[in-house]
Amino acid sequence: MNALHKISDFFMTPAMKIVMIVAALLFPFVASNEYQIYVMALAFVWAIAVYGMNIITGLCGQLNLAHGGFFAIGAYTLAILTVDHGWAFWWAFVAAGIAGALLGFLAGVVSLRLKEHYFAIFTLCVGFIIYLLIDKWEELTHGALGIINIPAPSGFGLVDFTETTPFYYLALVFMVLSIWLAARIANSLLGRSFRAIRISDELAASLGINLMRNKVLAFVLSTTYASVAGALYAGMVRFIGPAEADVVHTFDMITFLLVGGIGTLMGPLFGTLAITWLTQSLQFLEEYRMIVFGPLLVVLVIFFPRGVVGTFLTWRGRRLAAAHETAQKESASEKKSQTKKAVTPRNQEAGNHA
Amino acid sequence: MLKINNLTKRFGGLAAVNNVSIEFDANKINAIIGPNGAGKSTFFNLVAGAMAPTEGSIEYQGMDITGMACDRIARLGIARTFQTTSLFDESTVLDNLIVGHRLRTQSRLWDVIINSKRLRDEEKKCRSRAQEVLDFVGLSHIGHRITADISQEEKKRVAFALALATDPELVLLDEPAGGINPEETENLAALIRKMVEHGVTVCLIEHKMDMIMSLADKIMVLDHGEKIAEGTPEQIRNNPVVIEAYLGSDDDAAA
Repeated sequence: MNALHKISDFFMTPAMKIVMIVAALLFPFVASNEYQIYVMALAFVWAIAVYGMNIITGLCGQLNLAHGGFFAIGAYTLAILTVDHGWAFWWAFVAAGIAGALLGFLAGVVSLRLKEHYFAIFTLCVGFIIYLLIDKWEELTHGALGIINIPAPSGFGLVDFTETTPFYYLALVFMVLSIWLAARIANSLLGRSFRAIRISDELAASLGINLMRNKVLAFVLSTTYASVAGALYAGMVRFIGPAEADVVHTFDMITFLLVGGIGTLMGPLFGTLAITWLTQSLQFLEEYRMIVFGPLLVVLVIFFPRGVVGTFLTWRGRRLAAAHETAQKESASEKKSQTKKAVTPRNQEAGNHA
Repeated sequence: MLKINNLTKRFGGLAAVNNVSIEFDANKINAIIGPNGAGKSTFFNLVAGAMAPTEGSIEYQGMDITGMACDRIARLGIARTFQTTSLFDESTVLDNLIVGHRLRTQSRLWDVIINSKRLRDEEKKCRSRAQEVLDFVGLSHIGHRITADISQEEKKRVAFALALATDPELVLLDEPAGGINPEETENLAALIRKMVEHGVTVCLIEHKMDMIMSLADKIMVLDHGEKIAEGTPEQIRNNPVVIEAYLGSDDDAAA
């Protein structure tokens, strides 16, 4: 087995998780300035929202274009409750998550009656309605002025989250929790039900899966992720405006998903970080960045439709299947060689979900 | 097993299934034949609950299931395969089958969050059921392969296995032998017989007449949504109405 295979196997081990977490913990010490830490923290916050989108769009196959709207709902719920009603940050934070879940439920039960592109178009409208409400309902949202002086997360006198580095660690904790839950869902029977719906509605229904209930659940999970991310965002940036509900954010998140690998576990993180840092490093090109992005995305969608992580997993899955067959053949031809270690299907399957 | 009374489905003015009554017995192979557009697939969709009938009723094991939702009917023990096989191409074959037993489990979101014992037990159960059905359809040697890389006939078998993983008593097979070669068709027919030997009732739509005539216990012939004949393969073969409407017509001569 060559070095490439060894590295690829290492990516799938639990040790890789520890390496990644340690790297994330050490990042503030190796970052050359505070701005880099800030950019990374912001990327983590967006990644949480992208994980939400991955549940409804990646696992369940329903392209939800209102996702950015629910991000804004989280941000505004937190801002309105803390600034206008004097709530403590963490209570408002919980309320933002609940608001995202409840509004997500209401939007979900209506919009999920539609399928495929009709669903996508409908949710695009839902997202725009959210934008309009935020922009025009001045009594509640302060309209185009936005909301300023949003308090930072309370550190209970122990930590000051107005500082960049502590907030970075806070965002990291929330992101790791989000990925942990996303992994749980994706690898469970629940995630399997979602994926069956992604294959086809008819097939899933014929397997006894209640389409509406599962789709609404996936939708509510995704909007909750989005609104929690939005609430963190408000606590980080501490100034928000109607632009948070702009559909551009939704399309950004779709780009992150496509680049990283839609429906995979590490794809959302990879895509968000890769695009965020690419954007940063191309800052000097200003608007001409798109000249680099556009072709890059086209190439990716044509040659790697499953994104970077998805392509890696397929490649590895094929290799394992081949290795499994060689091992089977060899053990059949020479049964006495007991030392042969075949790749067990179970290990391989763990790989499928990574 | 399955009793259909005056089943009718109208799409606007067109009656895709018109006043069909028939009874299918348990543990038998029942076939539905008829020219293209005769209403065979619509008939399946009605039985499986994918569509509600305009008139008539469907009784399954003495229970009225008319207009019941698809997923509830699946839980009652009616499984199906589709004309076009859709599977999750990126996962392994075995991985595709695990969800098949989901309908016999109870775990919800909360079980997932706390990783409850119930969830772990149920996942084990689904996994072993997947392995069983994979063995049953004779594909245990390719369980580890990526589904995109297996042959058309193997995909058909995986679709059978997926239907069997739901623990059905009645399986509806929509053109199981479509798009596969004669030798594979023979093997698939053997698999269908094996299913019946294991206590499953089969109901299939098929265009390959050789296969149907040697396989079916009972055949229903549909034409323009109406039942024009039913009986054993022998009776159907000699029925002048069938010969006139189906076997004798030009566009089906090849079938």
